Amino acid sequence: MDQIFTLDVHGLRSKLAAHEVSPVEVVRALARRIEAVDPAVRGYLSIDLERAIGEAEAADVTKPLGGVPIAIKDVISVRGAPCTCGSRILAGYRAPYDATVIARLRAAGAIPFGRTNMDEFAMGSSTENSAFGPTHNPYDPARTPGGSSGGSAAVVAADEAFAALGSDTGGSIRQPAAFCGCVGFKPTYGRVSRYGLVAFASSLDQIGPFTKTVRDAALLLNAIAGVDPCDSTSLDEPVPDFTTNLDRGVKGVRLGLPREYFVSGLDPQVERAVRQAVEHYAKLGAEIVEVSLPHTEYALSTYYIIAPAEASANLARFDGVRYGYRAEQPGDLLEHYGRTREEGFGAEVKRRIILGTYALSSGYYDAYYLKAQKARTLIRDDFSRAFRRVDAIVCPTSPTPAFKLGERANDPLSMYLADVFTLAANMAGICGVSIPCGFAEAEGKLLPIGLQILGNSLEEGRVLQVANAYEQTTDWHKRRPQSVTGNA
Amino acid sequence: MKSDYTATIGLEVHVQLKTKSKMFCGCAVAYGAEPNVHTCPTCLGLPGALPVMNLEALKLTALTGLMLKCQIAPVCKFDRKNYYYPDMPKNYQISQYDLPICERGEVPLYDLAYPKDAQKSIANPGKRVRLIRIHLEEDVAKSFHFESSTGIDFNRAGTPLMEIVSQPDIELPEEAFAYLTSLKQALIYGGVSDADMEKGQLRCDVNVSVRKRTDAAYGAKIELKNLNSISGVRRALAFEINRQIEALERGETLRQETRRWDDDLGETTLMRTKESAHDYRYFPDPDLLPVRTEVFLDEVRSRLPETPWEKRERLEKDYGLSAYDAGVLADDRPLSAYFEAAARGSARPKSVANYVMNDLLSALGAAGQTVEECPVRPEDLKALVTLVDEGRINSKQGKDVFSEMFSTGVDPQTIVRRKGLQQESDLGAIEALCREVIAANPKVVEDYRGGKSVSINFLKGQVMKLSKGKANPALVGETLQRLLS
Repeated sequence: MDQIFTLDVHGLRSKLAAHEVSPVEVVRALARRIEAVDPAVRGYLSIDLERAIGEAEAADVTKPLGGVPIAIKDVISVRGAPCTCGSRILAGYRAPYDATVIARLRAAGAIPFGRTNMDEFAMGSSTENSAFGPTHNPYDPARTPGGSSGGSAAVVAADEAFAALGSDTGGSIRQPAAFCGCVGFKPTYGRVSRYGLVAFASSLDQIGPFTKTVRDAALLLNAIAGVDPCDSTSLDEPVPDFTTNLDRGVKGVRLGLPREYFVSGLDPQVERAVRQAVEHYAKLGAEIVEVSLPHTEYALSTYYIIAPAEASANLARFDGVRYGYRAEQPGDLLEHYGRTREEGFGAEVKRRIILGTYALSSGYYDAYYLKAQKARTLIRDDFSRAFRRVDAIVCPTSPTPAFKLGERANDPLSMYLADVFTLAANMAGICGVSIPCGFAEAEGKLLPIGLQILGNSLEEGRVLQVANAYEQTTDWHKRRPQSVTGNA
Repeated sequence: MKSDYTATIGLEVHVQLKTKSKMFCGCAVAYGAEPNVHTCPTCLGLPGALPVMNLEALKLTALTGLMLKCQIAPVCKFDRKNYYYPDMPKNYQISQYDLPICERGEVPLYDLAYPKDAQKSIANPGKRVRLIRIHLEEDVAKSFHFESSTGIDFNRAGTPLMEIVSQPDIELPEEAFAYLTSLKQALIYGGVSDADMEKGQLRCDVNVSVRKRTDAAYGAKIELKNLNSISGVRRALAFEINRQIEALERGETLRQETRRWDDDLGETTLMRTKESAHDYRYFPDPDLLPVRTEVFLDEVRSRLPETPWEKRERLEKDYGLSAYDAGVLADDRPLSAYFEAAARGSARPKSVANYVMNDLLSALGAAGQTVEECPVRPEDLKALVTLVDEGRINSKQGKDVFSEMFSTGVDPQTIVRRKGLQQESDLGAIEALCREVIAANPKVVEDYRGGKSVSINFLKGQVMKLSKGKANPALVGETLQRLLS
């Protein structure tokens, strides 16, 4: 019972359904675990334990996720809870409504539990851009957990959560999952409602789960996926039971290896682990096919036009007029806006607002925004062509394992490169997952490596099937960080 | 206006659409409620909230476009217009930039749309003002400035707002008046908006410049704000055109600027000179998908009403009404519907129109009732006109019967019967009375036969008197003539 926090969602559900443990006991055990571990990880920004216990008391354990506490990235609205987005500018704000994903988790019996740390407004790849201090990688507290959903990844990896929700705009679920050694799934754009997710880049954002296993990712997707009348961009497509095909294996499945993802800059230990994973798939009966995604090299620059452009408008509403931080004693309206935003936003957010404002400015729109949209179409076409030949694409999630805190904080470009393998999937709107596929050694520490599996739009089931085939025949996902957890 | 000058006027009209809910959320569109009761995360611009299109707003805009002969775009999309203002919850307005729903089109200026005092001297009869475009956007909130603070009411935020932009085809203040009147009537006809300027349901910005007729280049464009009534627009333009001409006459150079109309003082004052053009950084709203208009256009076409000007023409043609009568009736959609119900199949549609426009309207006015509440059924009015027309009662009696109909709702035949008003039209009976009168007045008969033709009126009067006013006067006249010839 003491070690209940080490369970995955599937395992916890068995115990809850069998009444071997009560939801309240689960919440209390989790709270004790957090108390012990989180001071070193700092994955949570806030926890309303009293409310969680209240919800646990009322939980219906017969439901699919009945009684399961799930950590929520602090960018997703939960009625009555803070939603800081890692920013000073939302100080004091409490969401007056539940995001659709939260409503759906509740409908499935889950308990939204705790708010996880993140890069401010999901802008960053290390969680260092949080106004409330960085989260530490459970495998090496001197390193970042990745980002922007670093808090969600770290708390799942450190057994401080059974599962968590994050958001992925350019890799913000997959990259921290890779850095922390857990499963991170980015659904197809439109598969999961964005209603209640504070927008960074509306055409790229997507909510997805962090879990300890592939099966758990399927369980959470079952709960949160599906069309939502409150989100016009959500897809009106049938939602299958994502657990159905998990065990079908990869015999005869064609996996594409994109030539452009094995290039200089790729850490040799990462490359070795990914190539070994590919060999493993071949042994399991998959057919390995080299594919080309020729416009990959434009993905980063295209992303850094489109995402900041959308963000510059999305973040305009944070002006201190109706909620959140407000500068004191402004001389006039202009100064009110200027100082509220100057004092409320961090450096990276301001950098991207300025980038985006510039890209949309009259006279520059065609050269930047319009051109980026055309490049985005080419990137999408690359994937469409590749998926005519293969069932899924396998590649590294990030070029390197977790880097050190502070190492890239003052070099935006090197920070942006941490997402170089993930952001194309957001531009194409396709789905993908990062699963653990080995460890790199650095300065005497073992650091997780992520394998990225990308699938065509609405092919979540296929991606989960491919990921599960690997997980079921390897044990990387069973490893737990030694440094902060003390167990394993 | 001095005759060697000409004015160029263009209007931007904002119209609040008459939908049940707001443009992008389910909040009610309601006027006059307590502040901030009709709000939700979406229209308050709360973090994470998303817009969802109100299709009815698109349909009403397309309906307006079809009434005004616009081209309807096959695909329309929505863009974000970025600017900061406290009444703008997201600090961007969802609007339409390069693909508005409607383009081109026109608003006809018919005579009755002009101000009453100008209807006799219309400079350009039959003029049509071309439109550039009609697009759809969301309204902003409303600020209330108190002594040391400002309050914002978000009830209005997110109300569907249609912007109608005219070509600068208007040359006179009276034409601007006629344009707004005609447009407003079309909007009411289509059920698109109540278009009440006092409630802010119809708002108007005016651009006006002045140049010498001999000059090819337009003068500096001056924008007028704070125009709260159609007659205010006319007065503001008259003042402003005069002001600009006088300035030019003094040798001054006019610059692009925005001026505020003060309706009480009757003058415009400078608000701001034109700074560098604001960069709104329009881009397609990624939260909303483009809409193919074909999915609802058939339904909108089926809802397309006859326009006021189409109705006017048809009333003239089908019922032989004068242009004025047709205009008055077409101005009022329920009234014209009533008229048509009464006039259809009537031998005297013009008489029906007279009853409707005179007796009916004044009775309704006195009773404070609308046409819909009218106690007189259209078919009863038609019957009344027939009774008078066939001479069964005279026109004086017709008026009395109408009053009775209006106060009791009883049909005219019954009233005539009850009051014994029925005229004597039985030829035998009338002839008998006539013979009696002829026999009793030999002197008058002699006069008549001697060539004093007016003498017959005396005889006629005697016959009517004998019949106690019930004899059909026309028949009496004919019968006397026949018997005396």
